[in-house]
Formats: sequence, structure tokens, C-alpha cells
Amino acid sequence: MKEKISILDLFLTFAKIGVMTFGGGYAMLPIIERELIDKRKWISRQDLMDYFALSQVTPGVIAVNTASLLGYQKRKTFGALAATLGVITPSIIIITLIALFLKQYMDAELTARLFAAIRICVAALIVNALIPFFKKGIVNLFTFIIFLCCLVIYFFFKISPAVLIVLSALAAIIHNLLLERRPR
Amino acid sequence: MILHLILYWEFFKIGLFAAGGGLATLPFLYQLSFKTGWFTTAQIADMIAVSEITPGPLGINMATFSGFNTAGISGGLSATLGIITPSLIIMVIIAGIMHKFTGNKYVKAAFTGLRAAVCALITIAVWEILKIALFNFPLYTKTSDISDLPLVKNIIFFILLVLLLRKIKVHPAVFIFFSAVLGLFVKF
Repeated sequence: MKEKISILDLFLTFAKIGVMTFGGGYAMLPIIERELIDKRKWISRQDLMDYFALSQVTPGVIAVNTASLLGYQKRKTFGALAATLGVITPSIIIITLIALFLKQYMDAELTARLFAAIRICVAALIVNALIPFFKKGIVNLFTFIIFLCCLVIYFFFKISPAVLIVLSALAAIIHNLLLERRPR
Repeated sequence: MILHLILYWEFFKIGLFAAGGGLATLPFLYQLSFKTGWFTTAQIADMIAVSEITPGPLGINMATFSGFNTAGISGGLSATLGIITPSLIIMVIIAGIMHKFTGNKYVKAAFTGLRAAVCALITIAVWEILKIALFNFPLYTKTSDISDLPLVKNIIFFILLVLLLRKIKVHPAVFIFFSAVLGLFVKF
């Protein structure tokens, strides 16, 4: 814990984690376990669970949040910056190359056919990924009502998702206050 | 230059408000697509596919890709830097004061509401992608014939995939790869 980890080391380690992560932030967890706990022994498993939980409920991409938190633990603000830039660098390079490539071939009949099939698969993957979200997010009648209200408000009024998030957080705080007022 | 600043700002907002990982950025991307026309909803679906099968966190890949579609290589960079800035600032602040708030009941309550809202937002995102993957809304609007709406072959394939995904635990990229191969032989 006390040994000094260089900024470059942080950057490279998180770049490696970025390369090995496929998909959402959840996919990052086993990779971080292997790289930071087992191989480098930078953090404990308990630390990782705490950081990861915090990263999920704070705004932003989970992977970036986790990288910032972990980087900060090692080298404060510059550590957070190095770890975050590390985790995004492979994405920027790889996606830019692919986008350049796709732009040239996107109109081809073949690409269109491939993506029509892939799109269905992506829809199935996301539907499948929804289940753990629901298990964590909709835990009682109150959260279910918030869920329904958000859906209805969005479809009828096309309100910005950001506004929905702020309103839901406020509603939950007010709900909590009301519960406290009620004599038991 | 102005476009890059707008891109940075739009993705800064996504980074600020999308809680819960790459999927949570989807509703914001759809909104951006409706508002600005920088990319189409079909392009978003393709970007998800590419982001899933390439290395890197989903949210970051999506940001780079959307930025690229809007303003080329430097656009990808602007969008990506935009989406990470709020995270960096917020996490550095939180890391500094973390121990003080972990037990606060109002913070806990706020998160309960926030998580429920995230579920709703992702449901909306799923609906947007189902709309293009499984239904032919453009044709239906033209003909007003309800039998033109569902793409039966696509719906069957979709249901099969959902069932398979629950049974077989392999990397999502494997499913995407085999779907693409199937796309070579079957026209969806």
C-alpha cells in the first residue's frame, strides 16, 4: 500500500485493463481482480467491492469512475487522471480505426446484411443484461412506482433523461423524509 | 471548432447524468440523435454492436464512435474527453471525502430513486433498439397495414437468442460473431 507507484505505471496498467475489457463496466471487474489484486497486490478485494459499488451509483461510465477512484488512492489527483486516461486510450485508438474502416465499407450490401443480424443480437444481449439492473433497481413498491412514472413521463412528454434522474432522486429523498415523520 | 465544443459539452452532460455504465448512456444518445441529427438511431444500434465486440468500456467506445460519426477523428476525441471529465472531477471529490458519507441515510435514499430511474431509462433504450431491429415502422407508416409492421423472421431469431443467452454463458462477442455469420446466409 505504501510503496510509490509511478504515474506511468498507473497509466499503462489501466491501458492494459482497457484493452482487456469487452462490453460494459461489469465486464471490467474480473480483469481488475486479476491485474490489481492477484498480480500487483495494489488493493484488497474489499476495497475493490467498495469502489465498484460507488462507481455504479455515481454519474458517469463505470469503468472511468472505478479507474479514477483507484488512481486517486495511489497518487491522488494525478493518479486519477493517469488511470482514467489509461483506461480510455485503447478505446479511442481502436474505435477510431474501426470507424474509419466502416465509413469506407458501410454502404456495401454485405455490411448492411451483417449489421441487420448483429442488431438483433445486440437487442437480445441488452434485454438479457436488463435483468440484473431490475434486480438491483426495483426492490419494492416505491421503486416500482418511480420506474413506471419515469416510463410514462418519458413517452408522453419526452423529458430529458437527466431531469428524470434528478426528479427520481428527489422523490426518493422526500419519500424517506415522509417515512421518518410517520409515527411507528 | 464550435462543433467540437458542442460535442464536448453534450458528452460532458452524458457523463454527468448517465449513472450505471455504458448501457445507461443509450437513452442520452437517442435523445442526442433526435435533437441534433448527428447520427441516426440505426447507426446507434451499429455502434453498440461494434462497441461490444471491440476492447474497451462500452460507454467510452460509444462516445468515441458517436463523436467520430459527427466530426471525424478529433470529434471522437472531444466526445470521449467530454464524457470522462465529470467522472474525474466527481470521483476525485468523492475519493477525498468518501468516509464521511457512506452511512448517510439521505444519500442512500437518493440512490434508491436513482437506480429505479436508471431501470426505466434502460427500458426506453431497449425499446428504441427493438423498434429498428424487429419492426418495420417506415413501411408501416407508408402502408398503414399492421401486417407490414412486425419482421417475423427477426422476432423469431430474437426470441431464440434471448433463450440461448440465458442457457449458454459465453462471451457476448461469440453471439455477435455467430449472428453476423448467420447474416451472411439469411437476409434479416
